[in-house]
Amino acid sequence: MKNVQKQKRANKSLPFFFRDEFKVSLVIILISIALLITTFTFDIVPPILNRGIQPATFPKALLVLIIVMTLLIYYLATKNPWKVEKKLPKSFYLTLLSFLIFLVISKTLDFFLAISVLSIFVSYCWGEKRIFYLLLVGIIFPVIVFIFFETILGLRFPPGIITNIYYS
Amino acid sequence: MDNLLLMMAPLFSSKLLLVLFFGTLFGLILGVLPGLGPTTGGALILPFTMTLDPLSAIVLLTSIYCAGTYGGAITAVLINTPGTPAAAATCLDGYPLAQKGEAGRALGMATVSSTVGGIFSVIILVFFAPILAQLAYEFGQPEYFALAIFGLTMLASIGEGSPIKNLIAGAFGILISTVGKDFMTSIDRFTFGINELTEGIGFIPVVVGLFAMSEMLTQSTLINQVFNRIALKAIKLPSKDDYKKTWKTILRSSGIGSFIGVLPAEGGTVASLIGYSEAKRFSKKPEEFGKGSIEGIAGAEAANNAATGGAMVPTLALGIPGSATTAVILTGLIIHGVRPGPDLFREQPDFLYGIFGAMLIANVLFFIFGFFGAKIFARITLVPNKILWPMIFAVSVCGTYSLNQSIIDVWIMLFFGVLGFFMRRFGFSVVPVIIGLILGELVEGTLRQSLVIFDGNWLMFFTRPIALTFFILSLIALAFPLIRSKKFKK
Repeated sequence: MKNVQKQKRANKSLPFFFRDEFKVSLVIILISIALLITTFTFDIVPPILNRGIQPATFPKALLVLIIVMTLLIYYLATKNPWKVEKKLPKSFYLTLLSFLIFLVISKTLDFFLAISVLSIFVSYCWGEKRIFYLLLVGIIFPVIVFIFFETILGLRFPPGIITNIYYS
Repeated sequence: MDNLLLMMAPLFSSKLLLVLFFGTLFGLILGVLPGLGPTTGGALILPFTMTLDPLSAIVLLTSIYCAGTYGGAITAVLINTPGTPAAAATCLDGYPLAQKGEAGRALGMATVSSTVGGIFSVIILVFFAPILAQLAYEFGQPEYFALAIFGLTMLASIGEGSPIKNLIAGAFGILISTVGKDFMTSIDRFTFGINELTEGIGFIPVVVGLFAMSEMLTQSTLINQVFNRIALKAIKLPSKDDYKKTWKTILRSSGIGSFIGVLPAEGGTVASLIGYSEAKRFSKKPEEFGKGSIEGIAGAEAANNAATGGAMVPTLALGIPGSATTAVILTGLIIHGVRPGPDLFREQPDFLYGIFGAMLIANVLFFIFGFFGAKIFARITLVPNKILWPMIFAVSVCGTYSLNQSIIDVWIMLFFGVLGFFMRRFGFSVVPVIIGLILGELVEGTLRQSLVIFDGNWLMFFTRPIALTFFILSLIALAFPLIRSKKFKK
């Protein structure tokens, strides 16, 4: 409890644009405004066919509601600031990077290969240095999952350099 | 009598018994592992249920729900980390009691009270779900709209985080449900020219992303965390003295848990917190709470397991999820072509009573597994995260891909994983997003159809007594957190 109070005080001492509540509220509002603008590009149903409200009306109302509530949480946070979150460790950024690597490999090379690379990468970055365990998470387990989905669910994985060899 | 026989049907089907056995075991493992739980586990196993018939699929999901809710207590008692959010209150007294060398006694009480709470709630389910379904015959589109609004406003008081943040998350969930072709006019909304988005954003990629992937990112920030594990020699059944001390608490918490479970969107987490605080309020020794009170464990555990049956009441009778896990079960029902609601009770009683019976058996099964296998399940927590989470990633990716065989679903899952991590970091619960996503179509659909019926007159909503009652309840739900915080300040 004392720690939380301390973290809150630390947050209050920062200029407003560095505070989490400002940054989070700003991001939500900016995204909501962008989406709100998008709703004006939705097709409009001609009055003769329109029954009830236009397709854009409901999302518009939701986005306005989100913006209003976000302003409200920001206003409340000026009175009762959020606690300062700890800095994220390197392992977090590496895991995030592994997601990106997964996306690139699954799009360009192979879906199955992407799973293997991510598994080995994450396991290694989280501290696993033993070869057997790296092989277990990176090759043995994904192969089991692949066979299971292939044979039991009859799933066909997207084409790629490894899956093409298997399917041919 | 006929219904009782229908409930016993799973006992006479070797296939259903096998599904129950596996579901309970899998649910326990999920419950024990911190960060996983019945919601994530249910979402992960959903694609596999496609190989099963509808009854077996839902029996599998419900047994995971029951056992997973109990499984969280094992981790709460032994390593002071709730295996599931619903077990958070169990940590308060479970761990201190385990530190005193009475881990077996703490787990024994958790097992017994969970089982009693679970069975109690199934009885509530059997009696109240058909009554609620009967009432639902009176519902038209405006009533369903008002009910869905009530369900959404209940998000304000789900216990985790600030009420306004929960409402923002719920509104965001509804917004996600608007992606794709508009169901009334077939006009594209938020598709940004991506063909795959015209069908909308699927439930599974969002759930797996928000729960499993965001948890993987959370775990990446905790890789140096060390848990103090308390060794478990053997689980002990509560003594006569313990029963004397706790039987009233168990019954009270079972009632509280079932009631909270029935409320739309509320679940085991809120139930266990209220069950715990009520146990303390009624206790002759409130000063022992937080220091290893056996009543505290009983109060929290009976309530969170009682919420399982309660949460199934609105799910089956109205198609409104009672909790995040029942949202997954609801998706399972829809995927298998079963439409929850009053017609289900009239047309498929064998299916429904089969589920009720399976939940009853699952509660007995997790008692047996928990009692004889708690020591083994406790060892599962020893699996290092650096091995476990890459494996969960592989299953998550393949499971998400398998439903529509769409790589876009996998990308959506990863996007929601990152989003879920930051939401949780800044105090936004991810549960409202799931509830909003599930209720979104219902809210918009019933609103628009009602306006067609009312010829665009919004005031007509307030001329219908049932709808008006739900709107009043919604206002109370919105005001409740405010009243609670004022009372707390006093």
